[in-house]
Amino acid sequence: MMLSIKDLHASIDGKEILKGLNLDIKPGEVHAIMGPNGAGKSTLGYVLSGRDGYEADSGTAQFNGADLFDLEVEERAQAGLFLAFQYPVEIPGVSNMEFMKESVNAIREKRGDDPLSASEFLKKAKEACKQVDLPLAFLKRGVNEGFSGGEKKRNEIMQMILLEPNLCILDESDSGLDVDALQVVANGVNSQRDGKRSFIVVTHYQRLLDYIEPDYVHILADGKIVKSGDASLAKEVEKTGYAWLGAKAEEADA
Amino acid sequence: MSEQIEQAIARKYDAGFVSEVESDTFAVGLDESVIRRISAMKNEPEWMLEWRLKAYRSWLKMDEPDWAHVDYPKIDFQSISYYSAPKSMKDKPKSLDEVDPELLRTYEKLGIPLHEQEMLAGVAVDAVFDSVSVVTTFRAKLEEAGVIFCPISEAIQKYPDLVKKYLGTVVPQRDNYFAALNSAVFTDGSFVYIPKGTRCPMELSTYFRINELNTGQFERTLIVAEEGSYVSYLEGCTAPQRDENQLHAAVVELVAMDDSEIKYSTVQNWYPGDENGKGGIYNFVTKRGLAETNAKISWTQVETGSAITWKYPSCILKGDNSVGEFYSVALTRGRQQADTGTKMIHMGKNTRSTIISKGISAGHSSNAYRGLVRMGPNADGARNFTECDSLLIGDKCGAHTFPYIESRNPSAIVEHEATTSKVSDDQLFLCRQRGLDPEKAVSMIVNGFCKEVFKELPMEFAVEAGKLLEISLEGSVG
Repeated sequence: MMLSIKDLHASIDGKEILKGLNLDIKPGEVHAIMGPNGAGKSTLGYVLSGRDGYEADSGTAQFNGADLFDLEVEERAQAGLFLAFQYPVEIPGVSNMEFMKESVNAIREKRGDDPLSASEFLKKAKEACKQVDLPLAFLKRGVNEGFSGGEKKRNEIMQMILLEPNLCILDESDSGLDVDALQVVANGVNSQRDGKRSFIVVTHYQRLLDYIEPDYVHILADGKIVKSGDASLAKEVEKTGYAWLGAKAEEADA
Repeated sequence: MSEQIEQAIARKYDAGFVSEVESDTFAVGLDESVIRRISAMKNEPEWMLEWRLKAYRSWLKMDEPDWAHVDYPKIDFQSISYYSAPKSMKDKPKSLDEVDPELLRTYEKLGIPLHEQEMLAGVAVDAVFDSVSVVTTFRAKLEEAGVIFCPISEAIQKYPDLVKKYLGTVVPQRDNYFAALNSAVFTDGSFVYIPKGTRCPMELSTYFRINELNTGQFERTLIVAEEGSYVSYLEGCTAPQRDENQLHAAVVELVAMDDSEIKYSTVQNWYPGDENGKGGIYNFVTKRGLAETNAKISWTQVETGSAITWKYPSCILKGDNSVGEFYSVALTRGRQQADTGTKMIHMGKNTRSTIISKGISAGHSSNAYRGLVRMGPNADGARNFTECDSLLIGDKCGAHTFPYIESRNPSAIVEHEATTSKVSDDQLFLCRQRGLDPEKAVSMIVNGFCKEVFKELPMEFAVEAGKLLEISLEGSVG
């Protein structure tokens, strides 16, 4: 098992958001998590990656045999957990190149690999840039500095490609993208599917799943997974929307 | 997460060691006899002594300024020793072989080897230890080009006409309280003279080290660039870790004749005191340059040390088309206080100035930018651009901006931009999610914030400055 979440409860500012979530992900699998706004989709990504203020109240998450909640944010990243942000933040004056080289080498160091030289890294970075259709000039620009929404999302995927994680959590990587950009993001993700790497694709819309075909689709509502199925479940959601869940979630609550 | 940022900026001061050197140190206290003794120690001509005494008498009538945004107990000028020199320097060593090895070791420990073959190629160094210059390297090579680079005490002996002609012309003896004090008691510093049409073949630098307890360091630097010449000069400074505050009141004067250029860079790392504000250097400095027609003066400073910094490197743009630049990074943490900035005085036509100031405040520190841009009545077509950015780390520090703009010429253009930002939890989370530890992350964010200024430093020192911020930000993250 790559990731095993058992009965996860988490609150933000005293309000319970995740209310007993269970999820098992095997190596190589792609799991889509769909659900209405406020269901706890982004919270799940933050709790798993260890963001401050998003600690688990109870429950466990085993990540490749380690207890995820015992690890610091950077230790989870070093263990191969990657989060593609919904709203990537800018770091002015720090070039993408510099930022990614430091990150890649920090992770390599933990794995006992030699750091990449500047030229080795540049070669990889150029390839990754091409894969997500960003001009090479983006390597020299400040991290997300002045990037458009679509460029920021593609930049996240470029980072994912360079860091070669075990588990990728994509937090609404499709939001705000036009069809062309969506295609680019999906291609970037698909190029990283190698039968070992696992993905959690968080999305509000079915659209992204036309391009990234999931093995499983889960519907998250009111802090729990209320329904799981294969890719056809996403299609169903597209037709019926989430309105039917409202009632069901309320029922579950009662 | 803010807690992690706080830890990441806890600081270790690497230059805080004390050198075991026997010194001749004056008893504490200040009166005319002390000034006469300093002058006699330096074997100065009568005119120099008179110049000092005139400054001293002015100083007695002046009041310590209190307008800066800094807070410290009143300085007792009678509890300071105004002269201290290693005993071994008394016989004036003629070569490096005769210099006390302990002194050489001190500079080596600071990363400044004084043996020419071990040094950074292309950088000549004047090493000033307390009140005297220990050694000045590469002098022969510089002399070939006609460049004079020597301790100012020596210049007073060897080039009295040059010193007499320029000393006090940019910063007059009674310019301000601390400049007047410096004029009375200055002990050493560097003198640089670049002849007409000469491009100085090397970077010049001076390293100031305060070692002795209870002494003040009062250095005086004078740089004269004749018509069409160029020089790049850098100063660095460190001091031992002590519980007592020590005063450093320097004066730097730059004279840039027609078509010349002076680039003056500072990496200031005086002991800042401990996290509770105990000890540290009071850095009260007057730096000013005068630019004649088509001349350019560029100040770049990286200020990471000192308990209190009071410093405004300025340009008087007297000649038409002259250019002034000020690039500054000031980092304060713990209980440090900085009130620093610049003055750009536009007198000539089409004069231009650029001010880029980056203030970083962390811990309980206070960081103020104070800048004056004055457009004189004859400054037709003059322009200034000011960018003033503050970065806050944590929520117990303060950043302040005091810009003064005076325009007496309707054709002059003044632009001022200011921003304040924080190292945000979002930025830190992004970095850590990519596998970087919090220390590395904060240091990277701060370095990025300073990039515009670092790129103005000479190559060798840009690396040093980046490292200094890294060391400064190093801490124990549990």
